[in-house]
Amino acid sequence: MRDFLTQLSYDAWVLPALLLIPLAGALLLLVTGSLSSDDGTLEAAPSARVIALVTFVLEFVVSMGLWWSYDPAGARWQATFDHWWIIPWNARLSMGIDGISLMMVLLTTVIMPLAVLGSWTSIRTKVRSYYALMLVLTTGMLGVFVARDMLFFYLMWEIMLIPMYFIIGIWGGERRVYASIKFFIYTTAGSLLMLVGIIYLWTVSPVPAMGLPASFDYDRLLSIAHTHRAALWLFGAFFLAFAVKTPMFPFHTWLPDAHVEAPTAGSVILASLMLKMGTYGFLRFAIPLFPTAAMTPWVRTTVLSLAVIGIIYGALVAMVQPDFKKLVAYSSVSHLGFVVLGIFALTQQSVQGAMMVMINHGISTGALFLLIGMLYERRHTRLIASYGGIARVVPLFSALLVIVSFSSIGLPATNGFVGEFLVLLGSFKTHPFFTLFATTAVIYAAAYLLWGIQGIVFNPLDKKENEHITDLNARELTIMGVLVVAIFWIGIYPQPILRRMESSSAYFVHSVEQGQADTRTASREVR
Amino acid sequence: MLQELAAVDTHPLAETAARFVGLLPLLPLAGFLVNGALSLASSYKRGPADPSAAGAHDGTAAEQVAAHGSDHDAVARHPYAAITSVVGTLMPALSFALAIAIFLAMVSAGDFSTPYVRSYFDWMVTGDLQIRWAFQLDQLSMVMVLVITGVGTLIHIFSIGYMRDDPGYPRFFAYLNLFVAFMLVLVLGASYPVMFVGWEGVGLCSYLLIGYWYNVKSNADAGLKAFIVNRIGDVGFLMAMFMIFANLHTLDITAVNAAAPSLGFNSALVTTICLFLFMGCVGKSAQLPLYVWLPDAMAGPTPVSALIHAATMVTAGVYLIARSSALFVMSPAACITVAVVGTLTALFAATIGLKQWDIKKVLAYSTISQLGYMFMGVGVGAYAAGMFHLITHAFFKALLFLGSGSVIFAMHRAYHHTGNHDDAQDMRNMGGLRKYMPWTFALMWIATLAIAGVPPFSGFFSKDGILGAVFERAQHGTLAEATWLGMPGSAVLYALYGLGLLTALLTAIYMTRLMLYTFHGPNRTGEAERAQLREAPWSMTGPLVVLGVLSAVGGWLDLPATLPLGPVGLLDKWLEPVVGAATATAAGVVGEGVTSTEYVLIAVAVAIAVLGIVIALVRLRPAALLPKRDALPEHGIEKLLENKYYIDELYDDAIVTPLVSGSRNILWKGIDRGIIDSFFVNGSAALSRGVGWVGSQFQSGETGAYAWAIAIGALAVLGAFTFR
Repeated sequence: MRDFLTQLSYDAWVLPALLLIPLAGALLLLVTGSLSSDDGTLEAAPSARVIALVTFVLEFVVSMGLWWSYDPAGARWQATFDHWWIIPWNARLSMGIDGISLMMVLLTTVIMPLAVLGSWTSIRTKVRSYYALMLVLTTGMLGVFVARDMLFFYLMWEIMLIPMYFIIGIWGGERRVYASIKFFIYTTAGSLLMLVGIIYLWTVSPVPAMGLPASFDYDRLLSIAHTHRAALWLFGAFFLAFAVKTPMFPFHTWLPDAHVEAPTAGSVILASLMLKMGTYGFLRFAIPLFPTAAMTPWVRTTVLSLAVIGIIYGALVAMVQPDFKKLVAYSSVSHLGFVVLGIFALTQQSVQGAMMVMINHGISTGALFLLIGMLYERRHTRLIASYGGIARVVPLFSALLVIVSFSSIGLPATNGFVGEFLVLLGSFKTHPFFTLFATTAVIYAAAYLLWGIQGIVFNPLDKKENEHITDLNARELTIMGVLVVAIFWIGIYPQPILRRMESSSAYFVHSVEQGQADTRTASREVR
Repeated sequence: MLQELAAVDTHPLAETAARFVGLLPLLPLAGFLVNGALSLASSYKRGPADPSAAGAHDGTAAEQVAAHGSDHDAVARHPYAAITSVVGTLMPALSFALAIAIFLAMVSAGDFSTPYVRSYFDWMVTGDLQIRWAFQLDQLSMVMVLVITGVGTLIHIFSIGYMRDDPGYPRFFAYLNLFVAFMLVLVLGASYPVMFVGWEGVGLCSYLLIGYWYNVKSNADAGLKAFIVNRIGDVGFLMAMFMIFANLHTLDITAVNAAAPSLGFNSALVTTICLFLFMGCVGKSAQLPLYVWLPDAMAGPTPVSALIHAATMVTAGVYLIARSSALFVMSPAACITVAVVGTLTALFAATIGLKQWDIKKVLAYSTISQLGYMFMGVGVGAYAAGMFHLITHAFFKALLFLGSGSVIFAMHRAYHHTGNHDDAQDMRNMGGLRKYMPWTFALMWIATLAIAGVPPFSGFFSKDGILGAVFERAQHGTLAEATWLGMPGSAVLYALYGLGLLTALLTAIYMTRLMLYTFHGPNRTGEAERAQLREAPWSMTGPLVVLGVLSAVGGWLDLPATLPLGPVGLLDKWLEPVVGAATATAAGVVGEGVTSTEYVLIAVAVAIAVLGIVIALVRLRPAALLPKRDALPEHGIEKLLENKYYIDELYDDAIVTPLVSGSRNILWKGIDRGIIDSFFVNGSAALSRGVGWVGSQFQSGETGAYAWAIAIGALAVLGAFTFR
């Protein structure tokens, strides 16, 4: 396989291709839209979803080469691409992947076709715009994951926001306008501080002695040594942007609203992919750029406390939600808390585990949102209390809901366990007490999800309207089939994934520890 | 890695049937897949291609509901019943056959002290963490495998008859098969994480099977409760794994046991690890204070109660401690804690068992109580004795549950026939059943005598082994010399011995009570129903007979030296390579030969058992008992016992309700919606709107106002420069 890819010189073009393919698809949709005079309903433009699906499947096929072409023992950055962009500022279209980016890119290209299939019949108005926005959004997300130029990264980061704003605001539920504006302002407010931080980094980046001009190049910016005070401020700016996105307690309240109001695919993309931007930001930028600040004891303790509070708080609040979608939304706060715990605990296992949780949460929570969307399409309610006992009417749906729920609960031999176990096992080495509290979340996780699914699929079948719910069709089974296979594959044999991420996470742990040690010796010399 | 492979190749079991150890769980797993597919295939109706557009009223689902009827009112046999019965029972039976082959190979291989480990592929390998999918066969796991597959197969056969008319027939067998698979993973796992796969997997099956008749809310609630309470214990198991890994850098059971001494004898570290592990056992094996899920678990079908909630899953905690014996003997404090919790649970549950009316509830509390005995045994470092009681208990308790299943089956059928809606499980509605169900009657008496500890039935030997070990440890050894919460270990253990005897007395009383009210005295079922009462079919009574034989003669597995009625101490010798060293550490110097004290202990134990039975026979009057609907309310201590000391209510009021209402009112509505959202988020929005409004007031468009503002501003700037 690798030889075949080399023949195609796959590595040279794959990343820009991945960014361009969705844009081409979006363009095609817009062109067909402007040529036709219909109103863009599903009946009038049935080809839109087909175009989107074909584009995403193509995207998936192209991206899959990375699985084989990426060499875990190879260079730190692979499949690199570099092209001039804004010459006066020395900003470049610079891309590349390491083990962390690789899995995030693949997660995105796997989830997106499923999100299209999940929207297949539920999105019935302005379908061309809808799918075009999804395609543009994909370019933005992939750009974030592959960018090695900070300005390019920031552009992609902001590009991602706009399509999601419209997806929630146009195709969302009753309170969609409130939710979309809240989502937009919340996340932009966080990002603007980060922009200030990026510009500051650019101003301190030139090395006149070596004749190097100012640059947004990630690796260049990595090597800058900041004063502790500057590092703290910069870390704070980046932290805020990523903490809102993750979302960490107490910056999470945009999430339940956005999730509940978003259409199914919107929730899936938000939960499975966009939340990962925050934790990806910690791994890629906030910590490696400012290791001394991130690892300052009080900063670290604060972040870990917020992570553990988020784990428990998210789970407890999820437990009392009457709306199943909101329940899953709060469970995301809890799951992402594990990711932050793992990253800041800074051991090989905890960081690997954090990355596994990022993937697993994408699969399991995405699957939960898809399932609840399928049910919503039939009954037009997400309130747990309006269901009950439907396992007898829709056995296959119920079986899948139970399987996916247990993967989210983290039952061993499903994906959820691998991530949480590694996070906790690794975190215990450096932070046993935080780990003890975080571990209790396995109780609450079981409580909120099992309580939720009991109210839906078990208990007496006592409502007439529920007696006529129809079970899943072939399209829906395809979606869930892919996700269930992923659930058990990662649960039983995660090693291929762990192996691909191992050297990158080891590098992360090592470089942050190194950065800390360097400054410690430096400050001692000064004294 | 290569070394490891070489070691496996030269292992005496390498070329034997043990190679196929992986098939042990895979066979029932295949059964699960087949039966699960059959279950879904028979009930799935494909949905419309466009669920948004399709009218939701296509009738197919409704017709299906009509055809199925309510789960509890049997209609007709499931269309796939035949293939399900074959696959569902054949797979565990094949596993049992393989287990016997491996057992024979083990016997002929003679003594070997290192377990046979078969490693399949990597699970989680990163940094210094090495977790593989690997199974480990040694004398201890072999015993468990034989019990699980043997008793499991019998219970599968029983279920063919018991679940005959259930509309979810393939689903039931799918879950039961999955349970056997996970239980085998639990006992075969070569590392704690693999063991944990089985540990939580059996919890999943327990959850699914307790809530098997899921359309009744109390059943679904009971399943939920079981899973969550178990997860509280699992926090302990997880924490123990984290601590072990952080200190020993491995999670392989053999390596951990070998490295256990490096943790330091009686160190706080090893005690903490052991107590966390024990927390897992307390959840899974229903000990104080986490026992509350097991009585509720009786909501599941009775074969489930027999297999999962009596014979196998609930004993996993005992197995875990025996498995980790090298860790536990490092910490006398943890060992005594295990024994104390076990003893108190045994006594506590036995008192509740005295006053329960539901036949399965009596057996549930009896199970909790007997599990307490097992923990007493493994707690004092008598691992073989604890495992012995685990085995005999699997025989007689499975028999008691299946026997009660036969009774309920008969009662249910009689009630169904006449359309009576009385409680088919309440002993006050039974009575005199020996006339109608002679086989069940006789077999259940065997089990009762066994559990009461009457020689020569199996329970007598195993319970006596445990009590004898407690008495012996009180005299000498590391536990006797240790202190526990400031008390001398020796005194604590003597007290435990006394409480153990008291529990034995109560056991004999409540079991005799169960037999009296169920099978003796006049029948209280009702005229019309009485005509319908009869023995269950042979597919159900057959397994009972096998278990009856095992309950009667099971004691010969491990005869004490005091009573050499055959080969002495078979199980002791068999388990010697696994737990021998740990047992010796706990026991300290062992006196040679048989002393007269031991005969006295045996005599006391027998006297207690007989006394209990006599008390029950003399004091209880089945003839005076009223059917449930005519029963008078209880008073005083009897009411307290009937209501199980109100512990469930206490947990609800003290923990569940405050947690839920606190989460709802303080965390969600208070902090999330109130403080964060209303105050900070929307507040900052309002603030910026306000600032914007103030700013907009300045843009009035009046040139005069602008001129004034410019003038004042200019003056202010000038002033600032002047007075600097």
